[in-house]
Amino acid sequence: MASATIDKPARWRGTLGVLASARAWIFLFVLLVVFELWSQIAYGTTFVFSAFNLRSVSVFAVAPVLLGLGQTLVIISGGIDLSVGFTMGLAAVIAAQVANDVGASAGVGVGLVAGIVAALAATLIPGWVNGLLIARLRVPPFIGTLGMYGVARGAAYLFSNGTTVPVNNPWLTFLGNGRILGVPVVVIIALIVVLLVHYLLSETLFGQYTYAIGGNRQATLRAGVNVRRVTILLYMLSALTAGVDGILYTGRFAAGAPQAGEPLLLDSIAAVVIGGASLFGGSGTVMGTIIGALIIAVIQYGLVFLDVEPFWQFIAVGLVIIVSVLVDQSQKRLGGGRQDE
Amino acid sequence: MSDVASDAPVLETYGISKRFGGVHALERVNFTLRAGEVVALAGDNGAGKSTFTKIISGVFQPSEGEIRYRGRRVSFDGPQAARTQGIETIYQDLALADNLDIGGNVFLGRELKTKFLFLPRIDRRRMREEAAKAIAVLDVHLDRLDRPVRALSGGQRQAVAIGRAIHWDARVLIMDEPTAALGVPEQRKVMDLIRSLKTKGIGVIFISHNLADMFAVSDRIVVLRRGVVAGERMVGDADPEEIVRLMVGQ
Repeated sequence: MASATIDKPARWRGTLGVLASARAWIFLFVLLVVFELWSQIAYGTTFVFSAFNLRSVSVFAVAPVLLGLGQTLVIISGGIDLSVGFTMGLAAVIAAQVANDVGASAGVGVGLVAGIVAALAATLIPGWVNGLLIARLRVPPFIGTLGMYGVARGAAYLFSNGTTVPVNNPWLTFLGNGRILGVPVVVIIALIVVLLVHYLLSETLFGQYTYAIGGNRQATLRAGVNVRRVTILLYMLSALTAGVDGILYTGRFAAGAPQAGEPLLLDSIAAVVIGGASLFGGSGTVMGTIIGALIIAVIQYGLVFLDVEPFWQFIAVGLVIIVSVLVDQSQKRLGGGRQDE
Repeated sequence: MSDVASDAPVLETYGISKRFGGVHALERVNFTLRAGEVVALAGDNGAGKSTFTKIISGVFQPSEGEIRYRGRRVSFDGPQAARTQGIETIYQDLALADNLDIGGNVFLGRELKTKFLFLPRIDRRRMREEAAKAIAVLDVHLDRLDRPVRALSGGQRQAVAIGRAIHWDARVLIMDEPTAALGVPEQRKVMDLIRSLKTKGIGVIFISHNLADMFAVSDRIVVLRRGVVAGERMVGDADPEEIVRLMVGQ
């Protein structure tokens, strides 16, 4: 095997590498072409070239993008965060309740700010505990965050008395449904978070250490990096992006639901994996996760648009996950890997 | 590096002993390493080679005895302390983050920074260039610097690990089985790397099971047996059978 990869011309390897890194883009493109043809043939209308559809897909993509961003950070470091869905739900109900209560006495604007601050602050607690469990007590991330999944779930239901909290704060609902220059506010907020996380991951020491920990934790420790602190911050950031997601959910549906993020947990992991990250850590990009989330959103919205039974969404997203991992593996066998050893 | 090829010892130990409970892992080991010298540590499994190198590199504290480094008595309270003074161990697993490029690895934990407008950012370009210089010293040249070190050959990866140590001013390198798990051409490359370390005035402690490698690259062979120095030979006046006899104690 080793000699075969040595002999392979570098150009051939390069082409494969480009193909692999563009894999998610190709998926997205093929998907759009298929939906466009389908829509044209079956209904005689366009799918892609409709401002309404584009806007809808982008709004659909916000939730998996935001959860996926935190998940990307954690997965690159070799971990996973199963608690993000209910952390999001916790943020959703807290944002709704606090915005209502504070807004009633102090006015709409103060209510909004209080709701946002309270929701984000609350998410930092499960994030911090996750980080402590994993970084300090060396609990496996899968187990630690699975425990927190249960704790956050219970806390969210307890806080909301097991029901959905309706929102009467118009500013909060504007956040979820308003538009600025035709662009949905949720999309603008998501883009700001995307840029922040991208900067963090690709340009800062924190990002560099996130990759290094995922690549070789022992080596990173030996190099004198404060691995514990980075790990704790990673899980807190993951919880924070889930919190933003929860607030936007509450605004969009004018109600905070404890189960707001329940179906999104697997979407967030799927977006990261479709985007090219390895669940073993060490790789992944913000751009990849966005494309992954867009693919999921296109499938979900597109199948609804084409009037396909909604259950097909699960099958389609599931197949895309499997195929993208298969493509990834075959690429590694063919062109990547070490040249010798 | 004023002490290139000088006779001044860079590292000496006097009467180093180490006991784990009732087990005597090392007994009064005296050892000297000069700048630009390669000393092979030979010995059977359990002879004390790795205990000894762990004491030098700060992982263990000696039960008795003293370590002198560059003429001064030292004691390291951990591997990090030894590293910052310039005693570096090249581990078998190389301690490289496979997914980072050569710059990311050479500068891991000590990244170079620049600014984009007002935002701080990592200076990847300069890290790559400096890292390429660090391994060019070892006569290793890569055609592409932006690839993760996963894509490098075993010998090139060794060069990155060694280049990192030299770049951060290591004076003593401890190499534990550096040729294990490598193909023959790569083994030769690593031997070349060790020879080029000599010319840089760096002292190398070389642990190997391979007698041919020891004779090919080292100046002196120190044989440990059951925690004591069983013998010491200049490579020029020793033959492999004699070393084996010292190792097994016949």
